[in-house]
Amino acid sequence: MAKVPVQFTLNGEEKADFVDGGATLLKVLREKVGDTSAKAGCQQGTCGSCSVIIDGELRLSCLTLAETCGGAEIHTTGGLATDGVLHPLQRAFMDEFAAQCGFCTPGMIMAAKVLLDRNPNPSHEDVVEALSGNVCRCTGYEPIIRAVLTAARSNSQNAA
Amino acid sequence: MPLALKTCSTISEAGTALKEAGTRYLGGGTLVVRAANEGDVSVSTLVRSTDPALSSISIDGGRATIGASVTMSAVARHPGLSSIAKVAKAVGGPAIRNMATVGGNLFAASPYGDFTVALLALDATVHTTEGHLGAEEFLAGRDGRVVSAVSFDVPSAEQFRFVKISRIKPKGVSVLSIAALVENAGGKINGARIALGCMADRPIRAKAAEKALAGATLTEEGVAPAVAAIGEGTRPLTDAIASAWYRGEVLPVHFRRLLLE
Ligand SMILES: Cc1cc2nc3c(=O)[nH]c(=O)nc-3n(C[C@H](O)[C@H](O)[C@H](O)COP(=O)(O)OP(=O)(O)OC[C@H]3O[C@@H](n4cnc5c(N)ncnc54)[C@H](O)[C@@H]3O)c2cc1C
Repeated sequence: MAKVPVQFTLNGEEKADFVDGGATLLKVLREKVGDTSAKAGCQQGTCGSCSVIIDGELRLSCLTLAETCGGAEIHTTGGLATDGVLHPLQRAFMDEFAAQCGFCTPGMIMAAKVLLDRNPNPSHEDVVEALSGNVCRCTGYEPIIRAVLTAARSNSQNAA
Repeated sequence: MPLALKTCSTISEAGTALKEAGTRYLGGGTLVVRAANEGDVSVSTLVRSTDPALSSISIDGGRATIGASVTMSAVARHPGLSSIAKVAKAVGGPAIRNMATVGGNLFAASPYGDFTVALLALDATVHTTEGHLGAEEFLAGRDGRVVSAVSFDVPSAEQFRFVKISRIKPKGVSVLSIAALVENAGGKINGARIALGCMADRPIRAKAAEKALAGATLTEEGVAPAVAAIGEGTRPLTDAIASAWYRGEVLPVHFRRLLLE
């Protein structure tokens, strides 16, 4: 089958490639572009480990066809650290022991990032709601929720 | 299995393209791409339309028209649709809501289709490439036409009630969902439209309960006959979430609570 051209920005960098018809964004990110931060978990939309941010909105890259992302601005957890300095969310996930096996972590961080971008001072309930499409089988969620609240606090301290 | 994606600028072009064998419309893809990931090879081509009308919401004289490509998130945040926002918010998690479309929800099999349950209670009209028809009639067929929009009279918060019961909190797949449009005049119910999710292979009306509510009062005794009739004609689903027996047992409980809340 004919390959299809796609072009988008990934974490601020222009990317262009030819992809298989019907290839998911997840597959293209991991196998063509080389950003493996989004994880292939259930590939059924249920686990959230493939979550990425497309044009400012949280999306599931396993259910998004790469061809539909032409011209889109895509962000992944792989692009969060700058010059080796971790993003406050990444820092907080470490400090609060919010990762155990780590498989869900990039998706959790993406879901948390869209929340904090819109609501810098979320409540516990807001965080639970924002993470409700992401499954973690290790931590029991509380350390993750704490990490997001910690990151929100450290952001507001930095801003002050 | 590779999939070809055909992008059409107009809805009618997409309608024509959909007539080809092995072709399906692509909305948000949460069901159709999911099926492809699971190994469904019955679809070889996906068709979508980028017509901007498909993504617009308009409210004119109390009647809302929602384009088929409008997502659950867009419905949930629209200031003119606050009385039904809770329905859109009940679908999936945040990422699913950013993708799941109103059009796709009309085609979702149980246990999905929570938004469609509300559309059925609201007596919505479904606009397609081959004319428009009532939600109930549409659901009976759901054949291969492209849905362009749905329209309905926006209910007041007092008239419209909705509940989705799920086991995983805060968000999970439906055990069942109930939507009710209740016209209350001076303590008596003037008329009611009730729709149920997970009580058949697709959303259905609860006509026996609707009839039993006519002229009733919203009291424990007043609603008792409707509560007793709510299961009439249902064939609840058995799946990993709940058995048909369980769904049938809890339906009257949640219906009674919804009426008396
Ligand atoms: C993890 C997960 C959780 C979910 N939770 C819920 C939930 O809580 N409640 C719920 O109701 N649903 C839920 N769903 C199901 C689904 O996301 C929704 O029903 C959604 O509204 C489907 O819309 P879509 O645009 O993604 O459909 P698609 O997958 O794009 O399409 C679904 C079907 O509809 C057809 N179709 C789509 N748009 C049109 C159109 N305009 N004209 C003609 N045919 C069309 C397609 O051809 C396809 O057959 C969930 C799905 C997942 C993966």
